[in-house]
Amino acid sequence: MRALGPRGGGRGGSAAGSSRPQGALRAPPPPKRRCGVPRQQEACLSLLPGSAMGISLASGHPVRHSWSQMRRLVGSCGTWRPQSAAPEQRRPCRAAVRPWLCPGSALHTARPRCQEVPLTCERYGLRRLPFARLSRGDVAFFESLMPGRACTNPEELKSFNVDWLKSVRGCSELLLKPKTAAEVSQVLRYCHERNLAVSPQGGNTGLVGGSVPVFDEIILSTALMNQIISFDPVSGILVCQAGCILEELHEYLEERGFIMPLDLGAKGSCQIGGNVATNAGGLRLLRYGSLRGTVLGLQVVLADGTVLDCLTSLRKDNTGYDLKQLFIGSEGTLGVITAVSILCPQKPKAVNLAFLGCQDFSRVQETFTTCRAMLGEILSAYEFMDEKCMELVEKHLGLSNPVRGSPFYVLIETSGSNSTHDEEKLNSFLEQAMTSGLVTDGTVAVDDKKIKTLWSLRERITEALTRDGCVYKYDISAPVGKLYDLVTDMRARLGQSAKNVVGYGHLGDGNLHLNITAESYSHSLLDAIEPFVYEWTARHNGSISAEHGLGFKKKQFIQYSKPNEAIFLMQRFKAMLDPRGILNPYKMLPSSP
Amino acid sequence: MAALRVLVGVKRVIDFAVKVRVMPGGQGVQTEGVKHSMNPFCEIALEEAVRLRERGGAAEVIAAAVGTSKCQETLRTALAMGADRAVLAEVAAGAEVGPREVAAVLAELARKHRADLVLLGKQAIDDDCNQTGQMVAALLDWPQGTFASQLELEEGGAAVRVQREVDGGLETLRLRLPAVVTADLRLNEPRYATLPNIMKAKKKPLEVVAAAELGGAPNPRLKVLGVSEPPGRQGGVRVDDVPALVAQLRQSGCV
Repeated sequence: MRALGPRGGGRGGSAAGSSRPQGALRAPPPPKRRCGVPRQQEACLSLLPGSAMGISLASGHPVRHSWSQMRRLVGSCGTWRPQSAAPEQRRPCRAAVRPWLCPGSALHTARPRCQEVPLTCERYGLRRLPFARLSRGDVAFFESLMPGRACTNPEELKSFNVDWLKSVRGCSELLLKPKTAAEVSQVLRYCHERNLAVSPQGGNTGLVGGSVPVFDEIILSTALMNQIISFDPVSGILVCQAGCILEELHEYLEERGFIMPLDLGAKGSCQIGGNVATNAGGLRLLRYGSLRGTVLGLQVVLADGTVLDCLTSLRKDNTGYDLKQLFIGSEGTLGVITAVSILCPQKPKAVNLAFLGCQDFSRVQETFTTCRAMLGEILSAYEFMDEKCMELVEKHLGLSNPVRGSPFYVLIETSGSNSTHDEEKLNSFLEQAMTSGLVTDGTVAVDDKKIKTLWSLRERITEALTRDGCVYKYDISAPVGKLYDLVTDMRARLGQSAKNVVGYGHLGDGNLHLNITAESYSHSLLDAIEPFVYEWTARHNGSISAEHGLGFKKKQFIQYSKPNEAIFLMQRFKAMLDPRGILNPYKMLPSSP
Repeated sequence: MAALRVLVGVKRVIDFAVKVRVMPGGQGVQTEGVKHSMNPFCEIALEEAVRLRERGGAAEVIAAAVGTSKCQETLRTALAMGADRAVLAEVAAGAEVGPREVAAVLAELARKHRADLVLLGKQAIDDDCNQTGQMVAALLDWPQGTFASQLELEEGGAAVRVQREVDGGLETLRLRLPAVVTADLRLNEPRYATLPNIMKAKKKPLEVVAAAELGGAPNPRLKVLGVSEPPGRQGGVRVDDVPALVAQLRQSGCV
């Protein structure tokens, strides 16, 4: 349902109702839009004297410009900038260049092409919403509010403006690092008054471009909110600030005999606030459930600065509507999570890992049902990957395959309180699997070092893929039986145009991570992939984003998995909690009509 | 190629990744309920022996361990990794066996099974003694190549070339068989025990003998006086300039 061309269909039509001369545009159709924000070129052009007619500075005569030229001249930020005589010389986005903030250099520097990620706003041809622009007074206010923690240095801002996949880049000019919820509240209250957009950021490990600004939103980083507030060893409830890194929480809890209920490959960098905001799934969901069950309370700062303290540490509390569920998975669009109270399970005494090879996908499924029947209560993870994944991990990361080459690999983890019992159960399951031919080869790891090595074969697939080239990532939920069909269908569809098409994921949760790599970014490849992948998913009543969220990249595809009434209600919630729309704009939901 | 018999000694130690805790009383470390596994260097030695057999140089690989009955699981792992037979020289639980006793047992087993090559890990990660291999060689009066990073069987199977990692670099020795070689880290990367092998291992022979019969009766001549954890890490001190640094160094007595 992606409309091509400007709203209203026709080129040069008066759909926007602006007062420009009809028929002024005789140009090839504009490049395909990549996002749901209407291009509304008409509105842009109405700002210009004579619409598509610009004034050449060289000769002073009116000059007619083509669409693509127009876009360069108008600039992705929707403002008219006087051009030098060479229109093909790309100028940096105006918002990225503020002479009085970075004196001297940037205004006349051409944007370096090869190494830099293209600005999101330029690549997708977006129009900036009418938020206020950062002024000297604003920066001064933030500096006085948190001295030393309001950064405007473009060099330092670089890494905060780009996501982990290096696929989207914003042009924010200000990074704030508050330490307490009170500071976050003051920041948001000020931004709400001034109508300044804010992009909350945790570990910046998200895969859908939801963690970095699109234009010049102020980046609100929770990196310094990394205090553990309390931990109760009797109930296992941990209360901590949103900026605590998952792996550090894990280490803290391990010393006390507990573990975090979620685990993901990004654990070294991701923060718990971000995990909650995106309702992260991960490798342990099969056993411990999702964050919607394990998070007991949240402290959230709303768009106008109100601090909502629902940070109870109670397993059971049926008093009123459960507000925290609204914020879990809201991807920073309804409020900024500043503290989390989470229920942590006991650290298992015995962890065993089996890495198995299977001949085909139906055997992978049968192994799962057998595994669940025989290992049931001790099963803590069931992951699968295909042989292409193994190839990539071997090639790019130098890891070695512990078993004989097979079309599919399965990783089974058991966690229990008694190692002898668990080993017995695991061994009898493995014997059963081997003798019945479900599994052709495998290995078992009982000691920590081997367990970590085997896990890395699955956890580092993402890393290996980024080294293979440009990655197109999809994360879908579908009925388990049909899961791998998407990979085979996609392979058949793309043929030689893609370098590698791989599938891996949390089979136990019915979640497939489909990844396609290519040498470089290509619109035609993207068009072959989307919307095919979403249509396929919708046909099977699946979810177009099982755990990665919608963020920026998938916001216009939500209708494939949710009915219009639901989307409408979501937009109403958003309007209620963030009437000015300053929290993480351009993301998650299509803009209200 | 001559059909060599290789004897591999393996030791059951506290797992490499486990955080070791001192027992209250300071007489030892906690071993109850703590995960144990095969000593990493023994794994490397075993891997080398299995590779020798796969290449055709060796005919049989015998894994041997000296310890309590729990060591049987370590020997099963050894069988799963490719050993043909296993022998456990059992001692009573709680008995102290050190390198001397283990070396006596291994030497006796080497004689009994007419081993041509004894492969051991260079040291165990729990006591770091680095003595067993050398003692076995002395007891048998065989040549030894310790800290091996490469092992090659010569044509004809009468000698081995051992490349050793020594402080000054690499040293290559030629040892006439029978000989004792101890494995260092870079000798090879041990394989994972795969399921088919784990199943086959259940059927392979595992002999249990009393250690005393093989000359390994515990006869401790060392007494552990105390075990304590290393002192906690002290925070560093930042100084602003060089004179302050010099003053600090003088104060702490370093200069």
